[in-house]
Amino acid sequence: MDPIHQFEIKNFFPIVRIGGAEIAFTNSALFMLIGLSLILFLMLGATRSRALVPGRLQSVAEMSYEFVANTLRSTAGTEGMKFFPLVFSLFMFILVLNVIGIIPYTFTVTSHIIITVALALLVFFTVVIYGFWKHGLHFFKLWVPSGVPIYIMPLVTFIEVLSFLSRPVSHSVRLFANMLAGHITLKVFGGFVTMLGALGFLGWLGAIIPLGLTVALTALELLVAFLQAYVFAILTCIYLSEAIHAGH
Amino acid sequence: MDPQAAKMIGAGIACIGMGGAGVGVGTIFGHYLAAALRNPSAAQGQFGNLIFGFAVTEALGIFSLLIALLLLFAL
Repeated sequence: MDPIHQFEIKNFFPIVRIGGAEIAFTNSALFMLIGLSLILFLMLGATRSRALVPGRLQSVAEMSYEFVANTLRSTAGTEGMKFFPLVFSLFMFILVLNVIGIIPYTFTVTSHIIITVALALLVFFTVVIYGFWKHGLHFFKLWVPSGVPIYIMPLVTFIEVLSFLSRPVSHSVRLFANMLAGHITLKVFGGFVTMLGALGFLGWLGAIIPLGLTVALTALELLVAFLQAYVFAILTCIYLSEAIHAGH
Repeated sequence: MDPQAAKMIGAGIACIGMGGAGVGVGTIFGHYLAAALRNPSAAQGQFGNLIFGFAVTEALGIFSLLIALLLLFAL
């Protein structure tokens, strides 16, 4: 009944050994593969028929495309559409893995900070490299807002730089912490049900309340799973938009 | 005091900071709802801004949760 136990990484079989570090096929890798194959099935399999009037699966694929494209267009403009593959991949990857994680006995890949940090650093370095490539040294204007009195400029610049550098931290920890906290809460309420159920008939009656709460929390987790994927995608759009339109 | 106990107490105190983020997130969604009911046609266009404000506010609460998690598991 340890609520942390569900996040344990299990090695299925080792692949290579580099120095002291062993690279193995884990349950995390397994669920990433499952998520990827689901996305591939959805995007390639469902749209293969190219029906003019889309069927159910094809309209899901088209809706997810339209949803991300509209988000990207409204935050980063049409210029931002060149980053559509990146944003769409991030959104679908996180959404599918979050939703898979709600199913009991599965593993939530996004509840491990190493995964979310890797995704957030990918976005961070894309923004930095693209910003410098496109604007050169004018990219530094991002940290020097116009119209600020000169005597508080050092302070404002310091705060801007600090908030820029703390972005990957908040970007990654938000997703990780939401997934971790949600799954621990579910597990704790599930533990209440079994503890009360062991007490006999009166315990069974009492267990109805935490059981109902678990169902309600699972619905909430479904909302959180979608919302966190959306928040991750829209923050990526906003950061990219600043790299595209730096100094404006 | 036992260092382990001090860590636990520190983690608990760090979580108080999340209350502030809760107030902020509630203010953002409350004001969005109030404004959306006044002018429902303009509400859809501001949804992205809503989520951005929510994310930036929530980040501060997450920093305090991060301190709590670091105290419990990393330090």
